[in-house]
Amino acid sequence: MSSDTATSTGRAPTVFVPSSEALATVLAPGARPPRPSPLSASLTFSWRALLKIKHVPEQLFDVTAFPIIMVLMFTYLFGGALADSPRDYLQFFLPGVMVTSVVMITMYTGVGLNTDIEKGVFDRFRTLPVWRPAALVGMIVGDVLRYVLAALVILSVGLVLGFRPDGGVLGVLAGIGLLVVFSFAFSWVWTFFGLILRSEKSVMGVSMMVLFPLTFLSNVFVDPSTMPGWLQAFVKANPITHLVSSVRAAMAGTTDASAMMWIVLWSAAFIAVFGTLTMYRYNRR
Amino acid sequence: MSRRTTGLAIEAEGLTRSFGETRALAGIDLQVPAGAVYGLLGPNGAGKTTAVRVLATLLRPDGGQARVFGHDVVAEADAVRARVSLTGQYASVDEDLTGTENLILLGRLLGLPKSAARQRAEQLLTAFGLTEAAGRQVKKYSGGMRRRIDIAASILNTPDLLFLDEPTTGLDPRSRNQVWEIVRAVVAHGTTVLLTTQYLDEADKLASRIAVVDHGRVIAEGTPGELKSSVGSGTVHLRLRNADQRPEAERLLQATLSVPVQLEADPVAITARVGGDGSELDASSQAARALSELSRAGIVVDDFSLGQPSLDEVFLALTDHPAVPATDERDDELEAAR
Repeated sequence: MSSDTATSTGRAPTVFVPSSEALATVLAPGARPPRPSPLSASLTFSWRALLKIKHVPEQLFDVTAFPIIMVLMFTYLFGGALADSPRDYLQFFLPGVMVTSVVMITMYTGVGLNTDIEKGVFDRFRTLPVWRPAALVGMIVGDVLRYVLAALVILSVGLVLGFRPDGGVLGVLAGIGLLVVFSFAFSWVWTFFGLILRSEKSVMGVSMMVLFPLTFLSNVFVDPSTMPGWLQAFVKANPITHLVSSVRAAMAGTTDASAMMWIVLWSAAFIAVFGTLTMYRYNRR
Repeated sequence: MSRRTTGLAIEAEGLTRSFGETRALAGIDLQVPAGAVYGLLGPNGAGKTTAVRVLATLLRPDGGQARVFGHDVVAEADAVRARVSLTGQYASVDEDLTGTENLILLGRLLGLPKSAARQRAEQLLTAFGLTEAAGRQVKKYSGGMRRRIDIAASILNTPDLLFLDEPTTGLDPRSRNQVWEIVRAVVAHGTTVLLTTQYLDEADKLASRIAVVDHGRVIAEGTPGELKSSVGSGTVHLRLRNADQRPEAERLLQATLSVPVQLEADPVAITARVGGDGSELDASSQAARALSELSRAGIVVDDFSLGQPSLDEVFLALTDHPAVPATDERDDELEAAR
């Protein structure tokens, strides 16, 4: 054992020697606790998401810096040309850029899931006798926190630049609420892609291919009435358009009932279709 | 205590599973008795990991059946999950979280209240010598510590059956010994362990029965003693001074020992399997006799060693092909499953 002491560098010199007494205390079979409720299991998984934010705070970059850049860039790029001034444009544009940024962030749910699978963490979770969707629900609930954070960052930047919502605090909260509900439902699209695609990169690639047309071919940036007919048809069917309309209305202190109804339907459809597909793949692998 | 079961922990019949073109399991049959270590021995890509993943409910078999403590791994997956735990190359803990956080997370998921989960985490960290590292992120752990936290996470619920998928691959000898000690303690407390390994000596030291797996099939099964005697319990490696004398040495060894003798690529090297089933002498006496016969014939031996058959030699004997590592199973799986 002399070589041990000779080679020991600055590291802790204590060498672990498994002691049978110590191991005996942890190996004594205790009574097995009842399995946790679906809610408790999902909340435990979202606690994990929070811990990850605590340990890897860099991952908040995309919910803080990215939205700020989006707001500043488009407000000053388009503001003068599309409205009389950046400040006027902001009244129209802010709810839209908030929707765009948050919906774009949803893709990280798929990326994160893909990484978890790659690293094997999910294999352990999948051998646990818990409510099966809990790991994914918890993960998305953790992501919802990021969505709220991003929305608040954008709102603050908007307020500083002169955005004045007529709907007041309640209207703004209602708008953010709608956005978060939709984003929660929409995240299930990415959990599905996170499960079926091979690498983090391909998840990103597919997400961008879907998200770019979906967010830009909408009423986020300009009024669709100047677009050609075929494009208007797409824009009108686009869920992002409905979402922007309802968020805009809420923040302006009014209600767009038909847009709101569409958002509820779209959200339910995303969960029903992609939630089911996701769970099918999750169980099948 | 009523949880502990006697009888069979695992019964599998004709398990098959393919990933695209790759046939990872080509009809595996297994009968694993409860309360001991059972070794699945085979090279990379033999199907060990796939078999474990099917038995641990992570993967559905294409065909065949498997029961864990009488519960079907597909139809009663939840009942199986309640009694098993898996530590593998790929079933791991979250490396962004600290050791304590990982164990509390799992404790909560297994239904422990907060304070009990914390207490259990501390207990486990102490028993596994990780108290100092408790507050550190797992990605900063050394290989041995990493393996210990993986195993600690797996025994958090004191499972009735623990799958250990290549628990010592890539570890230094000391960390390997620590893992072995832990495995012995786990089994002593009544947990059945299914251990996969590429190392014959590891299976030999830990397992009471071994199944040798190759190309998705069990090609031999038995106690370590039975397996080794079917192959020859030892291998004699000889290096002669003169390459010219090798044919003479080969003839002599075959005549006196009547065992398979193999000429190596090195022109002075020769290998013989000893201590096989048919011989009345044990390995060391056979080796001694070989040596004395050679010296009587005037053949000078420069180097002589008697060792256990290596996995390669077991494989050669059982399959007539060397244990060539195939592609990584999980890569195939990821490729094919997506």
